Amino acid sequence: MNNVLVPLPVVLPLLAAGLRLALAQRLVRVQRGISVAVLAAVVVIAAVLVYQTDHYGPQTMHPGGWPAPIAVMLVVDRLAALILLISGVITLCVLIYAIGQGASDNDESTPLTIFHPSFLVLLAGVADAFMAGDLFNLYVAFEMLLTASYVLITLGGTPARVRAGMTYVVVGILSSVILLIGVALCYAATGTLTLAQLAVRLADLPPDVRLVLQLTLLVAFGIKAAVFPLSAWLPDSYPTTPAPITAVFAGLLTKVGVYAIIRVQTLLFPGEALTELLLVAAACTMLVGILGAVSQTDIKRTLSFTLVSHIGYMMFGIALASRAGIAGAIFYVAHHITVQTTLFLVAGLVERRGGSTSMDRLGGLARVSPLVAVLFFIPAMNLSGIPPLSGFLGKLWLLRAGVQEGTWPAYALVGVALLTSLLTLYTMCHLWNRAFWGDRGKLPERGQIIEGRRGLSGTGIVATAAPGTMVGTAAALIVFATAFTVAAGPMAGYIDRAATELLDRRAYLTAVLP
Amino acid sequence: MSGPDLLVLATVATLAGSGIYLLLERSLTRIVLGVVLIGNGANLFILLSGGVTGRPPIRGLFGSEGISDPLPQVMILTAIVITLALTAFLLSLSHRAMRLTGDDEVRDDEEDRRVIARVERELARHRVREEVERMRRIHAEEGFRAGLRARLGLRGTVRRERRELRRRMREEWERQMAADDPEGGMDTTMGEDSP
Repeated sequence: MNNVLVPLPVVLPLLAAGLRLALAQRLVRVQRGISVAVLAAVVVIAAVLVYQTDHYGPQTMHPGGWPAPIAVMLVVDRLAALILLISGVITLCVLIYAIGQGASDNDESTPLTIFHPSFLVLLAGVADAFMAGDLFNLYVAFEMLLTASYVLITLGGTPARVRAGMTYVVVGILSSVILLIGVALCYAATGTLTLAQLAVRLADLPPDVRLVLQLTLLVAFGIKAAVFPLSAWLPDSYPTTPAPITAVFAGLLTKVGVYAIIRVQTLLFPGEALTELLLVAAACTMLVGILGAVSQTDIKRTLSFTLVSHIGYMMFGIALASRAGIAGAIFYVAHHITVQTTLFLVAGLVERRGGSTSMDRLGGLARVSPLVAVLFFIPAMNLSGIPPLSGFLGKLWLLRAGVQEGTWPAYALVGVALLTSLLTLYTMCHLWNRAFWGDRGKLPERGQIIEGRRGLSGTGIVATAAPGTMVGTAAALIVFATAFTVAAGPMAGYIDRAATELLDRRAYLTAVLP
Repeated sequence: MSGPDLLVLATVATLAGSGIYLLLERSLTRIVLGVVLIGNGANLFILLSGGVTGRPPIRGLFGSEGISDPLPQVMILTAIVITLALTAFLLSLSHRAMRLTGDDEVRDDEEDRRVIARVERELARHRVREEVERMRRIHAEEGFRAGLRARLGLRGTVRRERRELRRRMREEWERQMAADDPEGGMDTTMGEDSP
């Protein structure tokens, strides 16, 4: 069964990226229009896919017209459709934010002409990774999104970005090589790379061979997801980039790794969850990440460390491998993509008004710019897990899954998760106290050009109240995150069905294999 | 496994081993070379994953009997292109780093610098505190005049420590500003890492 909608989230952004490069400097308005229209179209398509997968089962597409197991194919099930929808909304908001920032910095110069195409290719890669039906396509998708991210992280080639980018690129390439070796091992062992066929054939392999394959893939995806022993690269490289880029990286890139881990664990290696190993990794990720965050004095660095820490929650759910655990992890992915992106966008607003993201130089922002303060406060409380917000629901779901499991490692992890949540709250309050309350520190006057800070294109940032588009998109994302709470019932039902579908595997296998 | 396959496997091991060794170096050029070697090792490894070698997989030329598996070759082709592009990117990046810093060493982590600065501050404070303790002891044991002499000595120590600290902080601050400045830093002043 071919569904023509399936390849569009990959094809449309790629087409738009090419078009933007071809048009170069001309028709700036049209170009912006193209980017926004394409991303909006991706959101709509993803929403339709969410409906279709929920009612008619997994949707597939064989682009080459070859029969089922040979073809490179794209598969969308409930999980992929949901994450795709949320990624689409996030990238759309971040793009509008970036356009707002670019417009107010009055720049359409060199780095920005490359920003939009790279951004679109990044989205195409992310969408391809979510929908990849075979392991090699997954590798190519990762390369696509990583290469775009290499360009974005070194945008402008400033010393700080080159230094951070170097580490990022080398780590990225190394993780891709490990993935490639995993692909080769899988092919050598089974003679196929189509995920569905692998799922069938892996069952016949000796358990130790299967373990080698599983661990190789887990290490490769673990680096990309920043799970503890493999997470050191993240807090060093993310904070150097401009706000919109950090926001989309923090929101999406690590979650693609988490998504790949969920997919591989449930589809290829069911019943071999490596629960103990992953629980230890999850606990270490949470604790090391949050302890790092506590000791930081820069907003962007603090947020990067909390990002690492909260990957631990998703790993917790994956490690449990129960229906509630996987469902909790999926909900947490959805919640965390939104809230982390919002926080980094607001950090961009703070930088714009306060001239810095260092807490030593900020102070009294709540009085100077109350709107930014509110915009920061809500997602910060959401991240810490304060009740009506989605962070609370996600944590509750995961903790309940842990208690249901009933073993002592699961109970220990419940304790660690609670402690991490508490420490997140502490970190956010600390940040709030230093940056938003207290005396007005060394905040620049309105209209003053900020020393040593540059916008996307490298021209100076003028300290202003942020332009309406930037504030508006940040607010829109907060509303979007709040919608998770309002629509918690239907959403939980959908995610529960998605988790059941993942663990059952039959729907996926029958949809792909004839 | 036949002889030629074993040879390929040994090559893969050598390439990957040398690549990892180079990757652990501090020089960017060697890191790039290490990435190239590891990438090629992985590509050869995919070739091995196709099973025994046979006749060229060209349709209609040799029949379908005993040909090699074409799929790994297709995958290698893709992987080679990706490795090539990334090597080019990495090379240009390390060239840019060399232009900016004057050498091609991997820079220190920001966090490391902060931790070092914090430790140095603590050590200086500790030294001053020890000096104060000593002064108090002399004052108590040897009387007022010796104490006064010690106090004069202490002022010198404190002043020296404070001057040293301030110099370090200023260096760090200037480095930070230069690192934050996208247009500056084209000269080589960023090159020296303060010891």
